[in-house]
Amino acid sequence: MEITSLTVHEIQDLLRSRQVSPMEVVEALGHRIETVDPVIHGYLSHDLDRAVLEVQNADVRLPLGGVPISIKDVINVKGHPCGCASKILQGYIAPYDATVVAKLRAAGAIPFGRVNMDEFAMGSSTENSAFGPSRNPWDLTRTPGGSSGGSAAVVAADEAYAALGSDTGGSIRQPAALCGCVGLKPTYGRVSRFGLVAFASSLDQIGPLTKDVRDAAILMNVIAGPDPCDSTSVNEPVPDFAADLEKGVKGLKVGLPKEYFVKGLDPQVETTVRAAIVHLESLGAEVIEISLPHTEHALSTYYIIAPAEASANLARFDGVRYGFRAKEVNGLLDHYGKTRGEGFGAEVKRRIILGTYVLSSGYYDAYYLRAQKVRTLIRQDFATAFEKVDTIVCPTSPTPAFKLGERTGDPLSMYLADIFTLAANMAGICGISIPCGFVEEEGKQLPVGLQILGKEFNECKVLQVAYAYEQSTVWHQAKPQIG
Amino acid sequence: MSPTDFDVEYVAELARIRLTPDEIETFRSQLGQVLEHVARLNEVDVSQVEPMAHSFPVYNVFREDEPRASLDRELALSNAPRQAQGLFIVTKVVE
Repeated sequence: MEITSLTVHEIQDLLRSRQVSPMEVVEALGHRIETVDPVIHGYLSHDLDRAVLEVQNADVRLPLGGVPISIKDVINVKGHPCGCASKILQGYIAPYDATVVAKLRAAGAIPFGRVNMDEFAMGSSTENSAFGPSRNPWDLTRTPGGSSGGSAAVVAADEAYAALGSDTGGSIRQPAALCGCVGLKPTYGRVSRFGLVAFASSLDQIGPLTKDVRDAAILMNVIAGPDPCDSTSVNEPVPDFAADLEKGVKGLKVGLPKEYFVKGLDPQVETTVRAAIVHLESLGAEVIEISLPHTEHALSTYYIIAPAEASANLARFDGVRYGFRAKEVNGLLDHYGKTRGEGFGAEVKRRIILGTYVLSSGYYDAYYLRAQKVRTLIRQDFATAFEKVDTIVCPTSPTPAFKLGERTGDPLSMYLADIFTLAANMAGICGISIPCGFVEEEGKQLPVGLQILGKEFNECKVLQVAYAYEQSTVWHQAKPQIG
Repeated sequence: MSPTDFDVEYVAELARIRLTPDEIETFRSQLGQVLEHVARLNEVDVSQVEPMAHSFPVYNVFREDEPRASLDRELALSNAPRQAQGLFIVTKVVE
């Protein structure tokens, strides 16, 4: 048995019964990274020596005692690089811990490594990383999805026990689906964003990518909760996210949104997801067709709101306080223009320009204000649906993992990768992606994700349905043959 | 809402991003397509709808006005590309 193939809760059992030592857990991870990361490229950097030092004080009685948790390069870990996979932040060393990282440490975990992503979390494939894409462990010629593609790839390739990612329009759930792991986007405000480099502040949430549903609940128990450092974190009671896992789905109402089974959905993915829904029915869930009528406008709404917020958030990268600064500039405007022109990658520039345009004088009402109104309608769609059902199930991604390079020249086709995930961010609700089967492409088995969406602050229900499905199927146990 | 008057060079200047001639060409066509796509929002009747900026109502959060430590000065300067005497060095603003 390889230690690195185990889940967090399995590792904890072994640690607490002293069958393995915290040092073995860290060293096994180091070996695994050495073996597979040269082909996966999931890590931008990792400091094994530091982890070895930190693990010496591990208290295995703590909720995550002695377990290394890999961190997306957009979350600040004091003393570690935090570059957002961008040239403009190359060399940046985080001067403080994000709240989620402080919480991980308090729970005994070891924040580990810097995991690859699309630059500033903008993208769906990790191909926007300034340091090269990560590869999908199930087929190295394909992307792992994104933007938390590195997080999903390292978890799926067993070179992480679990990872943190961030989700603005699907950036946790979509890569989890494409890599065959579990990815949870919490309700907006459930997890503090303090120390998460901001992309779109009204949409961003940090969440876990894990090998099974129980691990997602365990990580949520550690990272959730209001935070005085984030005024948008919501003062809601934090439940035990693992409490309802074993309650099953008997009698639960599961909504099937008809707008999610339309043209553009890969037929093999549709078959797989429909089979998963039949399975949920066989477990006792009541499946009800529902309608989310504004679904077709979610993509357009998102690609106005998210870039608008990004254009404001990324104004801070000015080459003065941190990061890259252009050489040989002629005056202040030239300083800004060259620093940002040379420091940002193409997709980040595109989105800042798009966001600046939709907020600019004369266009604000036509684009931004209108999008904010459609966002209200999208939110109302979900509110109406959740009056009738406990959770909503649908595909996470319209296709399985796509080829590296296939969509890089066509931003709009890349944006379509998130078509089933971004509405949840705009509504602020929670959702999870879990493995629900495989499709075959060019002789390779590619994972398919089932998305389960829940009402705001109803992560427990989402986890309950996810766990019931997972524990009565085998998909989460499948491992890729890397190479 | 018409993408025809989308001047990528001007907007990039507003965003303080210097583009290469190649980027101007590529972005104009790529973002033109995106703007064409998002123009479909015109089909939605929003006349009776309130805009929303946030999923949940956001209120001010207050705390007691008590002094506490903030980021240490040296640490705050530690990532600056240019600094001296405890200050950030900026590019000359006035002639």
